Amino acid sequence: MNFEFTEEQQMIRQAARDYAQRELIKDVIERDEKAIFPTEHIKKLSELGFMGMLVNSKYEGGGMDTISYVLAMEEISKVDSSVGVIISVNNSLVCFGIEKYGTEEQKEKWLKPLARGEKIGAFLLSEPGAGSDATSQKTTAIDMGDHYLVNGVKNWITSGNSASTYIVIAQTDKEKGHKGINALLVDKNSPGITVGIHENKMGMRSSDTHSVQFTDVKVPKENRLGDDGFGFKFAMKTLEGGRIGIASQALGIASGAYELAVKYAKERKAFGTEIINHQAIAFKLADMATEIEAARFLCLKAAWLKDQNLPYGNASAMAKLYAAETAMKVTTEAVQIHGGYGYVKEYHVERMMRDAKLTQIYEGTSEIQKIVISRAIATDSL
Amino acid sequence: MKLLVCISNVPDTTTKVKFTDNQTRFDSSGVQWIINPWDELALTRAVDLKEDGSNPINEVVVITVGLTNTEPTLRKCLAIGADKAIRIDTEPKDAYFVSQQIASYVKTNAFDFVIFGIESGDYNGSSVGAMVAEWLDIPSVSSVSGIRFNGNQALIERDTPTGKEQIEVNGTAVLVVQKGFAKEPKIPNMRGIMMARQKPLEVIPAVAAEALTNYVGFELPQPKAKVKMIDADNMAELVKLLSTEAKVL
Repeated sequence: MNFEFTEEQQMIRQAARDYAQRELIKDVIERDEKAIFPTEHIKKLSELGFMGMLVNSKYEGGGMDTISYVLAMEEISKVDSSVGVIISVNNSLVCFGIEKYGTEEQKEKWLKPLARGEKIGAFLLSEPGAGSDATSQKTTAIDMGDHYLVNGVKNWITSGNSASTYIVIAQTDKEKGHKGINALLVDKNSPGITVGIHENKMGMRSSDTHSVQFTDVKVPKENRLGDDGFGFKFAMKTLEGGRIGIASQALGIASGAYELAVKYAKERKAFGTEIINHQAIAFKLADMATEIEAARFLCLKAAWLKDQNLPYGNASAMAKLYAAETAMKVTTEAVQIHGGYGYVKEYHVERMMRDAKLTQIYEGTSEIQKIVISRAIATDSL
Repeated sequence: MKLLVCISNVPDTTTKVKFTDNQTRFDSSGVQWIINPWDELALTRAVDLKEDGSNPINEVVVITVGLTNTEPTLRKCLAIGADKAIRIDTEPKDAYFVSQQIASYVKTNAFDFVIFGIESGDYNGSSVGAMVAEWLDIPSVSSVSGIRFNGNQALIERDTPTGKEQIEVNGTAVLVVQKGFAKEPKIPNMRGIMMARQKPLEVIPAVAAEALTNYVGFELPQPKAKVKMIDADNMAELVKLLSTEAKVL
């Protein structure tokens, strides 16, 4: 057992911290308020290698381990969790899915530009009527011999408009249920694709979320990831890794809000002393620090298992569940510690509280994580 | 053209400074070590000039005088983009001692410019650069805020309190650089971080040299006095305190 990070891991964490504290902080409030996509930041973060940090250097990625990814995601999300989710979806859903299950030709064509950060990826699973119940896919990918014909609507798509590479989950054979689902690589500019309106979200407002409509979109057969019918398993396996990214993002929101709360509590005076000297505030901070540390260890444990090629599905569900709940709790308390100042935008914590809410919902709600964990308990596989 | 950037391994700028051994030695336990921020600016500019491709620079080497605990700092320099790192294997004693170590290396390894940050974040001595120039009998330019190349000719800019100076130097020179030399330190990219372990980090023995100074005591500054808030309507109280407490009237 060793709790020390390697030199490389520490350097990655410092690089992410430097970029977040130096650059993202400058316009995070404005981008949130006006829902502006962080185009320039994504370009710079691509140059630093964050957009494809988990991808093997053979495919022009950063070749970093998942521990480094957790550290980077936490530092970025401490300041700007919208940028965090763009990095997470690109790395752990899109790039990971192609690298793990794609053919060499697919990796050459689709993975390399994503790993270099020249293109952004989006993962199209949710539908108006299929969120947590991902087996109820209404989007169809009909087998037309040399291509699939895709029709349907996808909802809540992170980077839906700014992405140019889509992984679309669609039903090819309804009779076969979830074994009739496929995952397809689709160029956003393909004829028949219409990007819907920009969702006006409560939080994570600098990340663009859209619905995407498919009308007779032709997708070549060679764009299918894995064998025919592998799509549902592909989505579930990919989401297992995605949860480590979102758990680390939630961890970052929590630790970012906590750091601001500590700073404020040491400066703000009430009843003749800094408010950190009041037990009501001090105990809140003690709880926050402890829960953040627990969330961090869950994230790192899941990442370590993944890096060791050991099963990590249950660990990533626990990390996602606990980190998301911690983010919500800690940000709410951070606003409370700030009092009235916490309720205005320039103190950051109100944004973090809004952002935290989404971590309990996307890439598997907290309730879905509990299903995953409790099924593992019931089947003696935890 | 070869550049040598001299690196000090210093405590992180947020370190709570403590002393041991009856206030005669810095307590380094639990300290996070970093590249001296001024040296980091020097390295950033050196690497940018090389990577720009239009300047006649082939190699950027970093050097430090220190024990194995300085190696993570040197590897960060390699991650930022230095081609090679040199560690002179000895405890840095004082500026006189350190300058002899660096000068000795430069005597047997030719460089066009030997670059130092204007001061180190630990002892703030601001003396090693000029001493190295003296040992090597080469020009030294202090407070350098810019460098650019016209072919092989380097044009050095120096900020003074009253304006700017432009200087040409013929032959090898020491540059002691300050604010403006680079905008802000370079953040290493993933490739740089991965490559750092594959780049050479040479450890060379120290030469015989003496130190001329020895720290006999340290004292921390008095904690800052608390701010007293005085009501805007109470000018008499303000005047009284400025006179009797602050003693500025």
